[in-house]
Amino acid sequence: MATEFLTIYWRDMLRFFRFRGLLFASLVQPALWMAFFGVAMSSNFDRFSMPAALPPGALFVPYLTFMAAGVIALTTLFTSLFGGISLLFDKNWGLMREILASPIPRSHLLLGISLSGMTKSYIQVVIIMVFGLLIGVRFFPGASPLHIALAVAGILLFVGIFSLGFLFLSSTISMRMETPEGLQGVITLLSMPIFFVSNALYPVDAFPPVMQAASVVNPLTHMVTGIRYCAIGPDFYALGGHYVTTPLDLLISLGALLAFALVMFVIAWWTFKKAVVT
Amino acid sequence: MTDAIIEVQDLAHSFGDVKAVDGVSFQVRKGEVFSFLGPNGAGKSTTINILTTLLPVQRGSVRIAGHDVAREPEAVRREIGIVFQEETLDRDLTVWEILEFHGRLYCMERAARRRRIEEMMGLVELDAKRDVQIKHLSGGMKRRLEIARGLMTRPQVLFLDEPTLGLDPQTRMRTWEYIRKVNGEGTTIFLTTHYMDEADRLSDRVSIIDHGRIVVSGTGEELKNALGEDVIYLETGNDQSARAVLAGIDSVKDVKQSLRGLSVAINDDGARCLPVILARLKEKGLEIRSVNLKKPTLDDVFVHFTGREIRG
Repeated sequence: MATEFLTIYWRDMLRFFRFRGLLFASLVQPALWMAFFGVAMSSNFDRFSMPAALPPGALFVPYLTFMAAGVIALTTLFTSLFGGISLLFDKNWGLMREILASPIPRSHLLLGISLSGMTKSYIQVVIIMVFGLLIGVRFFPGASPLHIALAVAGILLFVGIFSLGFLFLSSTISMRMETPEGLQGVITLLSMPIFFVSNALYPVDAFPPVMQAASVVNPLTHMVTGIRYCAIGPDFYALGGHYVTTPLDLLISLGALLAFALVMFVIAWWTFKKAVVT
Repeated sequence: MTDAIIEVQDLAHSFGDVKAVDGVSFQVRKGEVFSFLGPNGAGKSTTINILTTLLPVQRGSVRIAGHDVAREPEAVRREIGIVFQEETLDRDLTVWEILEFHGRLYCMERAARRRRIEEMMGLVELDAKRDVQIKHLSGGMKRRLEIARGLMTRPQVLFLDEPTLGLDPQTRMRTWEYIRKVNGEGTTIFLTTHYMDEADRLSDRVSIIDHGRIVVSGTGEELKNALGEDVIYLETGNDQSARAVLAGIDSVKDVKQSLRGLSVAINDDGARCLPVILARLKEKGLEIRSVNLKKPTLDDVFVHFTGREIRG
């Protein structure tokens, strides 16, 4: 069976767990976002975001719960965008020569790195959810254990596809770049608009038309839509807005993420196949 | 040559306008140690990179162990092992992990892999360092580990790109032993080095490349003899008479008076001419006080064919 990608995966995870400091930071950082940014923002926003009159039976979602999906998205975005950087280090340290000259298929190199990046995102997402629930995020309101299990699976599905898409992108950039500084620049340039032109922290309805259009094609928006649907529900009020997500909307978001990941995979695969080391 | 394991035909490679390799053809026989020599920038690394599938084939063809490098790179990669010129070790992994990773990259079965790791760590005497991270190893230990790694998969062809660069004499000699051992077990060795004594000791055949072309090929002996620069140093009882005698011998090219006697340039195999020369001098009743034959080294061959100027 073709399991060569597990070799790449094994080494990358080995390195992930070896650097205790880095590991600790990557696990604590999203929790800190929740703790400081989340609590600070929600204590302010909740004062004026409560609608004057909620229809009977409507679900009102406090800001902390609303933005928890955004923190999951932010963390996944950054972890995935940086996920390919180990390839760049391997290139600079000469290790890539050993890998590229070995019989392991190039597609497995891409797959192994991407799956380890996805695993790191999963670990972080679980930590954010557990920590969030501890400090008062109201995910899965009134759901049965079976429902919660399904909802978590749904969240991980959206996170997984999204992170793979960005890991493919990050791997492509890493294979084409010469220095980590260059990659850092590109990532900073990419992450800012992706994060802010989305529904991660606030509704997009009030955006100017251009930003609104951009937010619709933004994969991050689709992931957040999926996470909120699974974690909160199809119909809720938050930040003065009414959020309705139909099953069709959900499918569209899932389809958009799949399309994004597929396009990124094709580009990355082509890049890896052509990769030479001098 | 039917037993060729590496066949290179008219290989050429350019980086932009710069021709790094310009029409190189050679063959390496199964089971031999082949040295590929040349000054810096001569095209060695480019050739190795193409042979090991790290660079695409632009012109010409390369077959290794029966597989075309351009068409079946993955099959070629399964048959070769490489010890790179520069360090290619993950500094944060341990000795054991480096070897485990390598064995897995080359799809070795778990049991065979684990057994070979132990064997290899023993061979290069790194058993005691198995759980030490690479960043804590000395340069020699790292090189030994890389050599062990290259040998681990028992490849058909092993590429050694300056394997003993920067090693102390003890480690170099041990490395030569490993190389001979592995070669003795059937692995063909493709060696590049700047140490001519190393090439001379180890290799069955040598090719020298310069400016992207092969300038000369042959066994070390052939190349040294072909140079025709054997020199005999003689101290005699009467140098004047000796010169007259020597001038009458066909294989003597030139005789010079040097500080402590005569230096006689020979245009043939010096070892074969020496008895003749001594016999002639004896015939004429000349006393011979000391004799010294100096054969050219591979260094002389190298400089003869590639010139004296320093390259980039």
